[in-house]
Amino acid sequence: MSQLCSGTVLEKNSAGEVESELAPRGVKIRARNLDFFYGDSQVLFSISMDIPPRKVTAIIGPSGCGKSTFLRTLNRMNDEIEGARASGTVLIDGEDILDQDCDVVALRRKVGMVFQRSNPFPKSIYDNVAYGPRVHGVRDKRKLRDIVEKSLRGAWLWKEVSDRLGASAFDLSGGQQQRLCIARALAVGPEILLMDEPASALDPTATSRIEDLIRDLRKEYTIVIVTHNMQQAARVSDYTAFLYKGKLIEFGRTRKLFTNPTDKMTNDYITGRFG
Amino acid sequence: MKINTQGADWWVRLILLVCASTSVLLVGAILVSLVREGLPALWEVSLSSFLSTVWRPISFVQEQFGLAPLILSSLFVTMVAGLIAVPLGLGAAVYISHVARPVERERLKPSVGVLAGIPSVVLGFFGLMVMAPLVKRVFGLESGLCALTGSLLLAFMALPTIITIAEDALRSVPNNYIEASLALGASQAQTVFRTIVPAARSGLVAASLMGIGRVIGETMAVLMVTGNAVKMPESLFEPVRTMTATIAAEMGEVAFGGVHYHVLFLISLILLIITIAINWIAQWALRKSQLTQ
Repeated sequence: MSQLCSGTVLEKNSAGEVESELAPRGVKIRARNLDFFYGDSQVLFSISMDIPPRKVTAIIGPSGCGKSTFLRTLNRMNDEIEGARASGTVLIDGEDILDQDCDVVALRRKVGMVFQRSNPFPKSIYDNVAYGPRVHGVRDKRKLRDIVEKSLRGAWLWKEVSDRLGASAFDLSGGQQQRLCIARALAVGPEILLMDEPASALDPTATSRIEDLIRDLRKEYTIVIVTHNMQQAARVSDYTAFLYKGKLIEFGRTRKLFTNPTDKMTNDYITGRFG
Repeated sequence: MKINTQGADWWVRLILLVCASTSVLLVGAILVSLVREGLPALWEVSLSSFLSTVWRPISFVQEQFGLAPLILSSLFVTMVAGLIAVPLGLGAAVYISHVARPVERERLKPSVGVLAGIPSVVLGFFGLMVMAPLVKRVFGLESGLCALTGSLLLAFMALPTIITIAEDALRSVPNNYIEASLALGASQAQTVFRTIVPAARSGLVAASLMGIGRVIGETMAVLMVTGNAVKMPESLFEPVRTMTATIAAEMGEVAFGGVHYHVLFLISLILLIITIAINWIAQWALRKSQLTQ
């Protein structure tokens, strides 16, 4: 595990996993009292949540509930927005990523992201996947090729594109482009994958393929997925968090949350009474 | 919009049509007059005279209308100006579009506009009084009135065009490319040079060409600082005389309707063709850049 922030010393157990009071086993991402502001308006209110490793955690809620903002806090993508500000703590493997000293580049290597609209670069398929490794200093041709192949296999795209890696990424179909973006994210060797409505622009066939892929990726990666589609959340996720107006209403095992929600508002939302 | 062919609408339409047609008609009129006055030179002057390297339009023995020194001087001065202005302008555009803080951008953008608005004779004056002595001192020359000084001034004049168009191209790179790059852990500099600049490539080519096209026809500044000795351009530090400077300097004293007069029009025609060609290529590149985005 790479050290993201200075000053935090963590002990590793025999399996090489980090274990401490801040990072107990079974917690990959721990948010505590996370508030978030765009200028003067507050969009997240004291979110506290423990996201387990190598599971799929879905964030659901109506539009504008802050689910994308929450997701983008986890790799500090909100830094790019003028006037955005977070307070509270978000610990990833016990390290506070909201800390001033946190190395955002190292954080984003560890926490990959897939966006709502597939956004391959206007480059070849190969160059898209190789972009991340190259940025991080991989020059060796053979090593790059290996990373590209492994990443494309990991994203279930290799068989479809192995004979035309030099073709433009724009020649791919929508679903293939999105899987290419997943491969691109895998190529930098992340531990966590953030997905912001990754299938919302895809047709049903491509969507179900992406969902199967997400289930498969869970074996190696901690996945946090934002979706407005409750069936999708129910299908792909192990845990679900329901956000409403910037507050975490309920968080728990997906099966429990969808069949027997504790909160009345969650019940109303998942049964389609609002949102 | 369906326009009523009766009454006020019809008049409005007519007036607007006249406004819209003015520029097209002007270009047409200029082209026609240049062709009419310039083409006769082609049979009044022998080919060997045109191809010679001597420009001696007034002579008691034998006039020579060698075009090479003029055309090559223009291309030389413009090319060197491009070599200076393109890196400088593209660098400035990258900074203004993607590096500068909003406060800086608010200061920098208007100053680019001011540079664009400076009359060329004022810039020529600045060249004469400041740049030429500077060039003379820095390079230890006998005179600062040389090709390099002209190139520097032309570079200044090309900068606003290059910066403005390049900045537009850079800013229109979709934000989702930028986010994708940052999310992969690329630094801001890596994102600029590996994602934004390649994505805006055609627009940057267009910006450079338009800047160059803008200054190849520039007259006043080069007339004032290049020394105006008609000869083949050999060095940055020797005087040259461009096509434009030649036309401006000689048109006033030429015999109306004479051979020399026709040749000057022919030079104008050549200049116009070069400018139009550069602009067409630039427009093509610009369209291409809009297609890919």
